[in-house]
Amino acid sequence: MDKATATPPQLGFFGMCRWAWRQLTTMRVALILLLILALAAIPGSLLPQRIQDPGRVTRFLEENGVWGQFLDRIQMFDVYSSIWFSSIYLLLMISLVGCVVPRSAQHWKAMRSAPPKAPRRLGRMPGYVEFTSATEARTVLDTAQARLRKLGYRTARHDDHVAAERGYLRETGNLVFHISLLVATLTMAIGSLFGYQGQRILIEGDTFTNSLVAYDSFEPGAYFDPDSLPDFRLTLDEFTSSFDATAPGSQFGQPRVFEAQVTTTVDGQSESHTLKVNEPVRVGETGVYLTGNGYAPEVTVRDATGKVVHSGPTVFVPGGDAGYTSEGVIKVPDAAGTQMGFVGVFLPTATQNDQGELVSSFAELRNPYLVMSGYTGDLGLDSGVPQSVYSLEAENMTQMTDATGEPLTLQMGVGQTQELPNGGSVTFDGVKRYIAVDISQDPTQGLMLVSAICVLLGLGLSLFVPRRRMWVRVTDGRVEVAALARGEDPMVERAARDLAADLRTGDSDAEGDSCAEGDSDAPGDSKTSTTGSRIASGRD
Amino acid sequence: MDVNTDLAMWSNQLIVSAMIVYAIAMIAYAFDLFGGRELKQSEVATAESKPLRVRRTTRTATAVLDAPEGGTGDSAATGGSTAEGGSAANRGSGANGGSGHSDGEAERPRRAARVGTSLLVLAALLHVGAVLTRALSVTRVPWGNMMEYILTATAITVVVFLIVITRKDVRYLGTFVAGGVLLSLGLSITVFYTPAAQLIPALQSYWIAIHVPIAILSTALLYISAILAVLQILKARYEDRAPAWLRFTKRLPASTDIERVSYTIAAVGFITWTFTLIAGAIWAEVAWSRYWGWDSKEIWTFVVWVVYAAYLHARATRGWSPTKVAVLNLIGIASVIFNFTVVNVYFNGLHSYSGL
Ligand code: HEM
Repeated sequence: MDKATATPPQLGFFGMCRWAWRQLTTMRVALILLLILALAAIPGSLLPQRIQDPGRVTRFLEENGVWGQFLDRIQMFDVYSSIWFSSIYLLLMISLVGCVVPRSAQHWKAMRSAPPKAPRRLGRMPGYVEFTSATEARTVLDTAQARLRKLGYRTARHDDHVAAERGYLRETGNLVFHISLLVATLTMAIGSLFGYQGQRILIEGDTFTNSLVAYDSFEPGAYFDPDSLPDFRLTLDEFTSSFDATAPGSQFGQPRVFEAQVTTTVDGQSESHTLKVNEPVRVGETGVYLTGNGYAPEVTVRDATGKVVHSGPTVFVPGGDAGYTSEGVIKVPDAAGTQMGFVGVFLPTATQNDQGELVSSFAELRNPYLVMSGYTGDLGLDSGVPQSVYSLEAENMTQMTDATGEPLTLQMGVGQTQELPNGGSVTFDGVKRYIAVDISQDPTQGLMLVSAICVLLGLGLSLFVPRRRMWVRVTDGRVEVAALARGEDPMVERAARDLAADLRTGDSDAEGDSCAEGDSDAPGDSKTSTTGSRIASGRD
Repeated sequence: MDVNTDLAMWSNQLIVSAMIVYAIAMIAYAFDLFGGRELKQSEVATAESKPLRVRRTTRTATAVLDAPEGGTGDSAATGGSTAEGGSAANRGSGANGGSGHSDGEAERPRRAARVGTSLLVLAALLHVGAVLTRALSVTRVPWGNMMEYILTATAITVVVFLIVITRKDVRYLGTFVAGGVLLSLGLSITVFYTPAAQLIPALQSYWIAIHVPIAILSTALLYISAILAVLQILKARYEDRAPAWLRFTKRLPASTDIERVSYTIAAVGFITWTFTLIAGAIWAEVAWSRYWGWDSKEIWTFVVWVVYAAYLHARATRGWSPTKVAVLNLIGIASVIFNFTVVNVYFNGLHSYSGL
């Protein structure tokens, strides 16, 4: 680096690359990248995101004009697939590789080489105890070596000392952690390339056959192969729910049970399952998840000739209130004379509020009520422009009016029928439940789980295995025990004291001295040093 | 499915009782830390050790001791605890299992602190009683909405604190633990108050018994670590310039010692947070068909995680002073709190179970 900055003109392309690479793989840059990553992730929580709710993004764009367009141009609504967000984590990944590879090599070497020799002045080590001993140097060193081995140290014997090291697992853990992080990120990317996500709404009695056309929406990964869709069918037999009718305050009316009875058919074999919010039904690698539910009023429409031109349940979408007030549209293209359309609100438990308006006060079907207005004219279904089934294009239609010329409002309880001004009629037959399911497949989930577990294990080792070097040196009857922590190690002083105590106890035994007071829990207690030990940590 | 409203009412009563005791405990602890008359005595007692602390270098022990091996040993001596100043400052650190207070303080009979701890134990008993009665009133885990989450998280914070002080004298944190818990409980029975009720289907999963308590534990650990980080910063400033308004920090151990405890707790908190994140992802797969979808809660859990990863990195990076590293710790806890309050209440997302 120094060379490079000193002579920039001669750096050349490769020199530049080398310089950039070395910068990128420093801890300092990794740290800055981490901080930027944290910052860069935040806008995605402040602004609506397309991956979550494209509808909200569209609304935001409509409401915010130029400002919104600017934000869109800088990918603020697709933060996590944006160029800038991707660059940050890609740089981090590259930095990680550049960091992990040499470190792995280094660690591999360290694990296979002997612990380093003792430095000249052991007294400077954070853990240090010395004492005099009458025992022969060789015996002391033998004992020390055996003792350290038993404690899991790797040891090497030199002329006047034993060198020992433990805690290689710390670095191993750290490397496992960083590598697993890399693998996890790659796995995530690959999973999104090969998997898919689809949505489908099923009314009670409906059967879903797993094929592309059966999905209401389908988001495949770039390399997803539609032929790999597993062959199965799923029927919604029944959906039950219950809501809290007793709790006070904000808890009143909250959902308590959502339960769908479904039948899956795989290879001609049928099986019943209970599908719940936290209990997906799995068919091979594909999962079916319960993500929503609502009411589908059954309505029969007759045209002026009395012929049934529409019959059956229509999905009404709950607006989000606790009473499940839902909106929906019924399109009747095949009526004699002119096409018809109805826009309606469904109230599971219709009640009048203080202002005299009809609202739904509870989510269960206590007083189901359907309120609709009707239109006649061209539904626009043949225009070739795809239409939402949840909205009515009323531009080329006229609203139905009653005898006084006021807009017509149809209000019906279950079983009731209302006449239409054009001679037809509408009947509210009943209500069915429907569910929304996500169906998805991610072939990499198993690998993801394994990497996540490795991340956690690696991290635990990396943070809590003490890595420590110890030396025991004997010079002219003076025994020095020293310990050096590599990384955080609150026990380093104690390790030296404990080992010294062990050695001394053996020493004392040999001399027939029963004083075994070298208690390691009394750090500053130099009175224990009957043989003249000096305890570094207790130096005053 | 039923709710025992009597028990739920008892729980509320116990919360209020615990709050009263916490308030008194906080005052007792505050007296121990900031109390007037005793401080003058201790000033005299610690006067001579002050110059040593001022000389403390800013390198953390980690990075220095990780310096290349070899015979010189000089680099190890610069900031390691073997340097003269270092060994004095490090006395009484956790490594020795001794008291966390510095020399002059060790002799001070800390009656106020003892009263504080006794009251804290009493408050903790009432508090745990409140958690248990709440759990029994709904016969499920007591963390189904924000109010219950706070109730349980604060109980765990106090229990963690009480466990820590049996191993290491960090009673100087008492004011902030009791105070923080008091404030949080106050919020839980006012703005976050939620009547006892059963869980919504989205929360009915055994994962709530795995993911949430670990999140709570992480929050408790990271909170304690953050208070330590604040004290570390104040103490370091006192060691540096000794402004009068920081005189109370004489009663704290050396900033390097506080830093070490703060780091160790944050490291444990980071592991549990990692677990929270992973368990959350597994639960998300079960509930929402994908393990990661950048939901606003997921985003902030990720942000918190990255900030603490940066904190751990900064600690091991040359050129980052302990104070700067501690600031990262504080940014970390700020994002934890943001994640729990603003994100839960104001942001749209799938985690809409605040109960508000
Ligand atoms: C994806 C981005 C990264 C994340 C989330 C991450 C996370 C972490 C965490 C949580 C630790 C703490 C574990 C410990 O202290 O032992 C750590 C340690 C470490 N990381 Fe990273 N890291 C990332 C990238 C990098 C890169 C790019 C480098 C190399 C430049 C690097 C080098 C290190 C080193 C050397 C340590 C050990 C520090 C010590 O001795 O305490 N990391 N990393």
